[in-house]
Amino acid sequence: MSDDADLSRGERLKAWLSRARYYAEEFYSAPYRGAIARAKRDEDDLFMLMVFSELMGVPNPVGYYTLELQPLMLERFHDWHRRMGMEHSPLDDMRCC
Amino acid sequence: MSAVILLALGLGFMALGYLVYSKFIAEKIFRLDPDFKTPAHEFEDGIDFVPTNRYVLWGHHFTSVAGAAPIVGPAIAVIWGWLPAALWVVIGTVLFAGVHDSGAVWASVRNKARSVGALTGDVVGKRARSVFMIVIFLLLLMVNAVFAVVIAGLMMDFSSAVVPVWGAIAVALIIGQLIYRRILSLGMVSIIGVVALYALIGIGPSVPVQMPEQVGALSGNAVWILILFGYAAIASLLPVWMLLQPRDYINGLQLFIGLIILYGALVVFNPSLVAPMVNTDVPEGTPSMLPLLFVTIACGAISGFHGLVAGGTTSKQLNKESDVRFVGYFGAVGEGMLALGAILAATAGFATYGEWSAMYDAFGKGGVNAFVEGGAYIISNGIGLPEATASTLLTVMAALFAGTTMDTGLRLQRYIFQEWGEIYNQQWMKKPAVATLLAVGSCLVLAFGAGADGSGGLIIWPLFGTTNQLLAGLTLLVVTVMLRRLGRPTVYTLAPLVFLLVMTVLALFAQLKSFYMAENYFLLGLDIVVLIASILVAMECVATLKRLRQESAEQAS
Repeated sequence: MSDDADLSRGERLKAWLSRARYYAEEFYSAPYRGAIARAKRDEDDLFMLMVFSELMGVPNPVGYYTLELQPLMLERFHDWHRRMGMEHSPLDDMRCC
Repeated sequence: MSAVILLALGLGFMALGYLVYSKFIAEKIFRLDPDFKTPAHEFEDGIDFVPTNRYVLWGHHFTSVAGAAPIVGPAIAVIWGWLPAALWVVIGTVLFAGVHDSGAVWASVRNKARSVGALTGDVVGKRARSVFMIVIFLLLLMVNAVFAVVIAGLMMDFSSAVVPVWGAIAVALIIGQLIYRRILSLGMVSIIGVVALYALIGIGPSVPVQMPEQVGALSGNAVWILILFGYAAIASLLPVWMLLQPRDYINGLQLFIGLIILYGALVVFNPSLVAPMVNTDVPEGTPSMLPLLFVTIACGAISGFHGLVAGGTTSKQLNKESDVRFVGYFGAVGEGMLALGAILAATAGFATYGEWSAMYDAFGKGGVNAFVEGGAYIISNGIGLPEATASTLLTVMAALFAGTTMDTGLRLQRYIFQEWGEIYNQQWMKKPAVATLLAVGSCLVLAFGAGADGSGGLIIWPLFGTTNQLLAGLTLLVVTVMLRRLGRPTVYTLAPLVFLLVMTVLALFAQLKSFYMAENYFLLGLDIVVLIASILVAMECVATLKRLRQESAEQAS
C-alpha cells in the first residue's frame, strides 16, 4: 500500500497540478467566454465583408488578393449573411439557401 | 458574548439550511431532474452555452454576486445591534436568498436559459416586463452612485490604500497582456498577480496618498468621485480581456484569501461583541428598525441582483439540472457568510463600546469604514499583522469589489442607453462613447445628490436596498407562477415575496417621511419613483395571482 503511494506520488502531484490548472483556466475564461467570442466574431464579420465586397458592388483595392480567400470563407458565408439580417444570400451567383 | 459563538451558530444554521431545507426545495418543490437536458447541452455553441463543471460555475457565480454590497449593508445595519442584523442575514440566507437564487437559475434553465427579465415577459406578462426594466435601470443607477460614494469615502479615510487600489488595476492590466499574448502560463501569472497585489498592500502604509479636504471649489470626496467615474467610464469601454477579465480573476482569488484571513483571525482572537445585542440607544435621526432593517441588508439576506446573474450567464452553463442546488443555493450561502463576517467585524472589532458608538454616531455612518477598522483590529490581534497593513488589506478588498461592480454596472447601463437609441431611432445615442457619457452623467447627478460632499453618510443606501428587494420580488413572482402552473406548493416562494413587498413599501413610506423632514427633495423625488415602481410590482403580483386562481378554477371545472 505504502509502496504504491510512494511510486505514484510524483504522478499524483502531476495529476493534482493539472487539475488545479484546469480549474484556474476555467475560472479565468468561463465568465468572459461569450463576450470574447462575440468580439472575435465581429472582427471576422468585418473581414468577411472585405472578402466579398467586390461581389456586392463595393470597390475593394485588394480585391485581387481577397478573391483567393473566397473559397475558404464560403463555409461561413451562410451564417454571416443571416447574422447581417439577410434571410437569403444577397448575391445572385452565390446561392447557399 | 463571544464572537466565535455567534459565528458558529450562524454558520451552523446556514449549513443546516443547505443540507436540509435546500434538499427539500430541490427535491420536492423544484423536483430537479439530473437527466433533464439543460440549455448548456441543448444549445451548446462554445460561446455562451457551455456545460461547465459545477465547482467552477459556483466559483464565478459566487464571485459575481458577492461584492461590496453584502459588506456595506450589514455594516450599516448593526447600528440597531448585532442580533437583528445577524438574525436577518441567517434567516434571510436560508429561507429567502437560497430559494430565490436557486429558483432563478431553475426558472431560467427550464426556459431555454432566458434572462429573468425576458422570463417576466413570457411567464407573467408584457406589462410586468416593462416594470422590470424600470426597476433594473433604477438599481443600476443607484449601484454606481452608491459605490462611488463608498470608494471615495474609503480613499479619504484610509490613505494607505490609495496606492494598492490603483496599483491593483495596473497589475490586472499587465496580467491581461501576459495571458493574452501567451507570454506566461496562467498558473505562473496567478502567483505573480497575487504576490504583486499583496506586496502593494504591504508597502501601502509607507506611501500614503491623502487627498486634501478641499480642492478648489470641490471637496476631496467629490474629486475622488469624479476620478472614479472617469476610470469606470474608460474601463467599461475597454475590451473585456484587457482589464475586466484579469481583474475579476485576481479579485476572486483575493476574495477567498481575504475571507480565510478574516475568519481565521476571528477564530484565533475570539473577540467579544462590544456592540449591544439590541441597541436601545440609537443616535438621533436613526429610522425605526422594523421596516428599515430589511432593506438596509439586501445582499447577504436576499438580493434581486443575483437573479440577473443567475439568468444571464449561470443558467447557460449549468451542466446538470441537479447542480442548481449547489450553484444557486450554496452561492447564496457563500454570500451570507461574507455578510456574517462583516457583522462580526463591525461589532466585535472595537476595543470598547465607546469606540463603537463613536463610529456609529449617525445613521448611514460606520458602514464599510467600520468593517475595515473592526476587521483590521481583529486581524492584527488574531494573526499579528500590523493594523495599518490589515486595514489596507480590507480596504483594497472592499474598494476592488465596489470598483468591479461599478464598471460592470456602467457597462450594463450603457447597453440600456444604446438600446433606447435603437428603439427611438436616435443614431447619436447608439455610439458607445455617447451612451457611456449619458450613463456617467446620470450616475454623477445621483452621487452628488446623495451626499458626495461627504457630509451625509450613506443616506441613500436603504433606497438602493429597496430597489434590490423589488427586483427580487419580481423574480420570486416568476418562480411562483411557474410552480403554480405545475401544480406544486407555492408557499415557499410566495411567503418571502409577500414579506418583501410589505417591508419594501413600509420602508419607502418611512424614508419618504425622513427625506421630507431632512428637506432632501432630490432623494424624496427618487423615493417617490421607487414607491410608484413598487406599487406597480405589488399590483402586478395581485393581478397575476388572481389570474392563476381563475386558470386553476377553470381547469377544475
